[in-house]
Amino acid sequence: MIEVRNVYKSFGSLSVLEDVSLTVQDEETLAIIGKSGSGKSVLMKHLMGLIKPDKGEVIVDGTDINAVSYQELRDLRQRFGMLFQGGALFDSMNVFDNVAFPLRTFSPLPEDEVRARVRENLAEVQLEGVEDKAPSELSGGMKKRVALARAVALKPQYIIYDEPTSGLDPETSNTINELIRSLSEQSNITSIVVTHDMHSVLSIADRAAFIHDQRIRWLGTIDELHTAEDPVLNGFVRASEYQIGKPAAATNK
Amino acid sequence: MLERHILGPIEALGQYVLLLSKAFRSLGEFGIYQKNLFQQMVRIGIDSIPIVALAGLFSGAVLTVQTAYQLESPFIPQSIIGSIVVPSMVLELGAVVTGFILAGRVGARIAAELGTMRVTEQIDALEAMGLNSIGYLIVPRVMAGILMFPVLYITATGVGIGGGVGVAHYGGFLSAGEFVAGARQFFSPFDPIFGLIKSFVFGFIITSVACYKGYYTGGGAEGVGRSTTEAAVLSCVYILFANLALAVLIL
Repeated sequence: MIEVRNVYKSFGSLSVLEDVSLTVQDEETLAIIGKSGSGKSVLMKHLMGLIKPDKGEVIVDGTDINAVSYQELRDLRQRFGMLFQGGALFDSMNVFDNVAFPLRTFSPLPEDEVRARVRENLAEVQLEGVEDKAPSELSGGMKKRVALARAVALKPQYIIYDEPTSGLDPETSNTINELIRSLSEQSNITSIVVTHDMHSVLSIADRAAFIHDQRIRWLGTIDELHTAEDPVLNGFVRASEYQIGKPAAATNK
Repeated sequence: MLERHILGPIEALGQYVLLLSKAFRSLGEFGIYQKNLFQQMVRIGIDSIPIVALAGLFSGAVLTVQTAYQLESPFIPQSIIGSIVVPSMVLELGAVVTGFILAGRVGARIAAELGTMRVTEQIDALEAMGLNSIGYLIVPRVMAGILMFPVLYITATGVGIGGGVGVAHYGGFLSAGEFVAGARQFFSPFDPIFGLIKSFVFGFIITSVACYKGYYTGGGAEGVGRSTTEAAVLSCVYILFANLALAVLIL
């Protein structure tokens, strides 16, 4: 379980998060939604200590991640997998080595088992035969899938997805959403999805937290999202080309 | 305005020192990064040998021709050319030419590489996996710089002296024997040691400044361009200062 307690963060004179509190329950999929620049990604980076709060606490499985040593924080981060917005694949390595990297670095597996695991992970994200390609040779959707294979290589307890479908065509977005959903269902992973893609939220999330004006303005289940009466939230959702209560949306979940 | 001009550099210096102290602290887990060290030793050191040798060769050759031109007198023994060219290469040119060339070749490369990794979140990805990104990226590069720059200095100086001997001999200024005799006459064993000390220091300056600039890159492609330029320019400026400081302190 991850608990964010009264977190404040500003960069220079720009306040990004103010008194943000949030709990991510085990095995749920929580979507953090909000406009671009609303602080979603900053909040997400707090969850694994990539950014430290000015005030407040982030508790992961009972440990305040900002009160432990750097070594302990790094050990803790190994419980996480993270899918970055642009994939963040290491461009000095090919696809195979990218996926193998966490296994070779952190697991005691011998090289032949690493090879088998990498193939298995790539097959899971429906990518085969691209092992020798450089990341620059891949399309946006393929990069995200390789990054997803790398993120789950060490079988993490938590996966954080940063804008998993941004910049992708609707069909590829659906594939990524399907992968995220099947991953969380199969492996009992706790997922945190940072996105402004409402279609994605409705397809994969159990709950959603809406960030607006540096604060969490609304938090509830996807069913509650349909009946929410917050005008700002409704405005955001409608602007995302989703009409609350539309049957098409309801069938996505 | 005042804040930007006075506090800015102090803040940058503080950030640089902190980065280096974090790098120093991560030496304990060096085993994980060992492979990277060898890779960087090849990229920074071995791959730079041709350009450094070329620069050394021409420096030695030109220095010989110009010294011969300045000392064209029946009262000065021609072997004095060797006495001037060799210590100049060993004490000054070998290290400084290598330093300037590598500030461009190695410094810019490191800053562009780490800067791109920063803006494409690859450094965040390393941290998110639980890896110490400073230990993984910076320690091998700075160590490779410190270890390989002396090798490059020796290469540049050796080839430079060779170039000097060649031009002296085949250009008809003085024979190779006279050149070597002149060089030996005033040879001080401390000269090459001083040159090696310089190359250690220059290697550290170039790689650590480039790592600092690259690691803290911000602002997309433009930021990478800025870091790359600053890494090359600042390395050259710091080399000039370090060169003077070492000469004053040690000689």
